[in-house]
Amino acid sequence: MSEKIVIIGAGQAAIQAVQSLRAEGHAGPITLVGEEAYPPYQRPPLSKAYLLSQLERPRLFLKSDAYYGEAGVDLLLNTTAKAIDRAGKTVELTDGRKLPYDKLLLTTGARVRKLRCPGADLPGIFYLKSIADVDALQAAFLPGARIAIVGAGYIGLEVAAVGAKRGLQVTVFEAMDRVMARAVSPALSDFFMAEHVKAGVDVKLNTGVEGFEGSGKVERILAGGKSHDVDLVLVGIGVIANDELAREAGLAATDGIVVDRNAMTSDSAIFAAGDCTRHYGREGTLLRLECVQNAIDQAKHAALAMTGKPKDYSEVPWFWSDQYDLKLQIAGLARPSDRLVARGDPASRKFSVFHLRDGKIAAVEAVNAPQDYMIGKKLIAEGRAVPAETLADSAIPMKQIGV
Amino acid sequence: MKRAFKATFIEDNGIPHTIDVPEGWSLMEGAVKHLVPGIDADCGGACACATCHVYIEPDWTAKLEPKNDAEEAMLDFAPGVKPNSRLSCQIRMTESLDEIVMRVPKSQQ
Repeated sequence: MSEKIVIIGAGQAAIQAVQSLRAEGHAGPITLVGEEAYPPYQRPPLSKAYLLSQLERPRLFLKSDAYYGEAGVDLLLNTTAKAIDRAGKTVELTDGRKLPYDKLLLTTGARVRKLRCPGADLPGIFYLKSIADVDALQAAFLPGARIAIVGAGYIGLEVAAVGAKRGLQVTVFEAMDRVMARAVSPALSDFFMAEHVKAGVDVKLNTGVEGFEGSGKVERILAGGKSHDVDLVLVGIGVIANDELAREAGLAATDGIVVDRNAMTSDSAIFAAGDCTRHYGREGTLLRLECVQNAIDQAKHAALAMTGKPKDYSEVPWFWSDQYDLKLQIAGLARPSDRLVARGDPASRKFSVFHLRDGKIAAVEAVNAPQDYMIGKKLIAEGRAVPAETLADSAIPMKQIGV
Repeated sequence: MKRAFKATFIEDNGIPHTIDVPEGWSLMEGAVKHLVPGIDADCGGACACATCHVYIEPDWTAKLEPKNDAEEAMLDFAPGVKPNSRLSCQIRMTESLDEIVMRVPKSQQ
């Protein structure tokens, strides 16, 4: 087990892989290559507690600096991989160095999708993916400032909530007819929309962005045929998988590096995990997931396979979002054809929506209802059928349903 | 510089780790930063994974804030749960918890 392992991309999946590789007995050298200036850190708090200045930067880091030395990891920060030479089993870096590997793990993550409309490159238009992004945004994210948020997904709405809390004047522009349309069912969209409006956020649905204007920096956003004065703009319109390195090396990759259930790419010496992958979900279809759960679980499976103990990956995906005092927790993947069952009353600000498919629970969306989420997740994993009437009856404790 | 207080994590094999945890940080964060074995904290403190499970020593259980719904729900499914089980990501270090002692379960995997 003295193989040389190189990991490209230093995020959540990478650090999990390091930890699991060592736990599984890999004793050989590990080199971890990261483009950013920071060792692996948590991204979820960036749009929440970190933006709100409630969490200092050192608390974002997933491990202490001492960890890398103790774990025998050569951590190369501010370093970019340029190409993979599969025949020679080396990774070439942009600084000309070449890293030989016996096994390679790609945890390259995803990057933000950028707007291409006129004026989209004006200063004052921000994106949110990294510590550096938030630090840049902070300088303009000031009480009283007028912020336009493009996209009412997780990032957009989390920033809207933080902005409202901090006293910014927040307007959200969303091209679809409801908020978080890609992530949650209509009942939750309605609920979160109402919460944002209550907090003073102006949410404009069915309003696509046409462009930006300003001299030297953004001063106006053009959307829905109107011009709105703004001081800053935050764009949250999704991410793109970083699969180019793999694709250019001839690995199977189409909107994500294609991997099997052991996180193996089309080259048996190269593995991939996290946001950068396109993998087989529990139901056998290829999918891309952008979440901490997939980064962690797929990295664990990659480490198992890389140490000769392959185990099929079929974990239930889970997601969360914090907006105001609301904790949204989702397990499983919903489909539009699912039968929806509501449990609890949204007016109590504690409720959930279960998704039934062929009588079995396929997904659960829970707001301030951690027990519905936890037990729902367990029932999804077990493939359990639960009658809709039972789920809908809040008088029957969730614990009893889960037994 | 922030004040810090002592916390001791005792591994399943009896090895104690006494560390400094800054005031306001969770016990889990302190353990992760000081490389205490067995505290994995996969989710980074979002109360979503139960891999920072600890058993609080009897003298200390009453000094802690009670569990919230999320922690209760997570612990319902953590392996090896006992009455003194807590998630260390949900316990904030304060002066009153100086020198707190807890044990790390056998396996968090």
